[in-house]
Amino acid sequence: MSKFDETPIIKDPAINGVLKPPKLREHASAEVRCYPSKPKDTAAIDLPTERVPDWQERAIAKFGELLEKNQALRVYMDICARCGACTDKCQFYLGTGDPQNFPVARAELLRKVYRRYFTPAGLFPDLGDAADLDEEMLQKWYTYFYQCSECRRCSVFCPYGIDTAEITIAAREIMASIGVSTKYVTEVVAKVYQTGNNLGIPPAAWKDNCEFLEEDVQAETGHPIRFPVDVQGADVLLVPPSADNFANTDTMIGYGKLFHYLGVNWTTSTYCNEGGNFGLFLNFANLKKVNARILQAARDLGVKTIIWGECGHAWRAGIMTPALNGPMDAFDPPYPYHISQYIVDMLHKGAFDGRIDKSANDDYLVTYHDPCNSARAGYLIEEPREIIRAVCNRFVEMPEGTIREKTFCCGAGNGLLTDEIMPIRMAGGKPRALAVKHTGANYLATVCAICKAQLPESMHYWDVPVKVGGVIDLLARALKL
Amino acid sequence: MEASEITWTLLSLFFIGLAYFSAFAFVAGLLWKLAVYLRTPMPYPHSLTPGAKTEGQAILRVLGDVTIFPNLFKADKWLWAGAWVFHAALASVLFRHLRYFTYPVPGLVLYMEPVALFFGSLFGAAILFLFWRRLGLPRTLYISNIPDYFVLVLLGLVAATGLAVSYWLHVNIVDVKGFIVGLMTFHPVEIPRHPLFLLHLFFVLVLMLYFPFSKLLHVGGILFSPSRHEPFTVQGNGSRSPDFMKR
Ligand code: SF4
Ligand code: SF4
Repeated sequence: MSKFDETPIIKDPAINGVLKPPKLREHASAEVRCYPSKPKDTAAIDLPTERVPDWQERAIAKFGELLEKNQALRVYMDICARCGACTDKCQFYLGTGDPQNFPVARAELLRKVYRRYFTPAGLFPDLGDAADLDEEMLQKWYTYFYQCSECRRCSVFCPYGIDTAEITIAAREIMASIGVSTKYVTEVVAKVYQTGNNLGIPPAAWKDNCEFLEEDVQAETGHPIRFPVDVQGADVLLVPPSADNFANTDTMIGYGKLFHYLGVNWTTSTYCNEGGNFGLFLNFANLKKVNARILQAARDLGVKTIIWGECGHAWRAGIMTPALNGPMDAFDPPYPYHISQYIVDMLHKGAFDGRIDKSANDDYLVTYHDPCNSARAGYLIEEPREIIRAVCNRFVEMPEGTIREKTFCCGAGNGLLTDEIMPIRMAGGKPRALAVKHTGANYLATVCAICKAQLPESMHYWDVPVKVGGVIDLLARALKL
Repeated sequence: MEASEITWTLLSLFFIGLAYFSAFAFVAGLLWKLAVYLRTPMPYPHSLTPGAKTEGQAILRVLGDVTIFPNLFKADKWLWAGAWVFHAALASVLFRHLRYFTYPVPGLVLYMEPVALFFGSLFGAAILFLFWRRLGLPRTLYISNIPDYFVLVLLGLVAATGLAVSYWLHVNIVDVKGFIVGLMTFHPVEIPRHPLFLLHLFFVLVLMLYFPFSKLLHVGGILFSPSRHEPFTVQGNGSRSPDFMKR
């Protein structure tokens, strides 16, 4: 028995690892909602602590402001032909059957309001399919814009590239501006400002953990592998997702072994030991502010360059760094730079020649899950595969249509990794889980901390016996120090 | 003057007025909308990856989108076929209409004459297909709204009346051309006295008027879709072989 309501979830099996579009089940997931934010968190991140009294006017004003500032929103409000090509592409529809989870239906929630207040169709709401922003509509926004993981899969199939993620981002920004946001996302952003990371780990605990890892790895390998913290003048600042130091320690150990092997003078920062940027799931101001911490940490420590760790939305925000926070000319190119790119560059330079024992990974049949953010927003598709092929003998791809730019979201990306919406997470995680099952793999590699938190749960729920881990973890196992 | 003469004169005035009004709304509305799209910035990189890494590749990506609808092909083969035939047939039908606007008529347009009926019918058939698809699939039925039906019905009426005046109740081409050229040279003359043709003209003018306020904006709007026209250039700075690394 599950601890949550399973009615939103469709249990039909996949055929050869691929799901058929399910029958429509209206309102199937209408009741699955995130907890609302707490005043202490919103106050800490410059958002209204409760719904503002004149919320309708303020929301429409904010909407107008975003239309002026964001070409994607502006264009995507107008040009959708409602052709339906995207309707069966979203994992949340595939898992729930709720037609409001069609990307186009989700987007129409915003478009109806757009037409009402910003186009002549607003004069004839019934004929023009325009709608007031009333309480009912706001509730729909809150529900369904937090059942979208901003994964961009729909954009791949839309003839105009309409990116529903961008529409969700705008809707969440409008809601945040009137005091409507979720506990999970606001809490995490508040923690970053307090402690430097999403998990709320204080600097002392971070240092302790690094020392603990050093002892552990020394005992296991006999090598003096360091996990340096706050080292002034290091060459490289590594910005991992903070979960790597606690939940996914094999990934953290991977970074340590890699840099030790290559003789790189690296460090993490206790001011910013987090790549994951939850501002992206909330509003522009916080996106910018969270990301700015990375550059600040790098300047404070005087490093030569920054390397982003295995984290999907960290990388999606990371590639925006020059646009968000100004030029990175003070650092050594290339920038922004991802750990998987770095490893591949080192591979090509021959840095690992003769020092890789692929058979160390022979107990694994490996498959690779493309995190939506790194694949569709960050151009990281070949690199992780190249690393896996270089360090493993046994690698298998999931079915075409579920990988690379067509990859499914893990089911909990971009602000959905919270337990109260477990039905949506398990439903959204279904296409990925069943594709993994089809391969028979026993190691599911990926380069995202959110995926690494969601996948073990979704794999368990869908009965897929597989270990979830990083790509660098595999490298670390095969590398002869 | 006889009563019927007065009616024709009034109708002429109506159509001449509507024609200028619609043409103005169409051109000004479209240009205005495209100008708004053009001047609206994108606050952060938004390229869909993998894909274009240079401006040139991004232009090719958009050109591909405009001509062969690759995303639709990935999404749904039947829809792709229907949409492509619809747009291709529409383009050829529009092209053939040059013979009502130009003098002398370009050679290519004249060469098309034997296959014109084919393209016209294809256009009509594609509209029927798209209409059927909208109503016949639960998923598209769910998302369709009144404006979607309105556009399809309007296009269907344009196609039906157009085919009818070309192949059934023939309208006098010389009259039509005289009327159109008169409008274009700002010396309007009386409308051709052919009710079916006038219906055809009416539907076309309504479509033009509606265009800048409708989803038909995808016609120019697609050029400004950031996920398509933006190249992924964030790592354009610096090569991918860092020199400070040891070993
Ligand atoms: S594929 Fe694009 S144009 Fe078609 S319904 Fe979806 S968002 Fe609209
Ligand atoms: S961005 Fe992803 S989650 Fe959101 S509507 Fe599109 S496919 Fe669904």
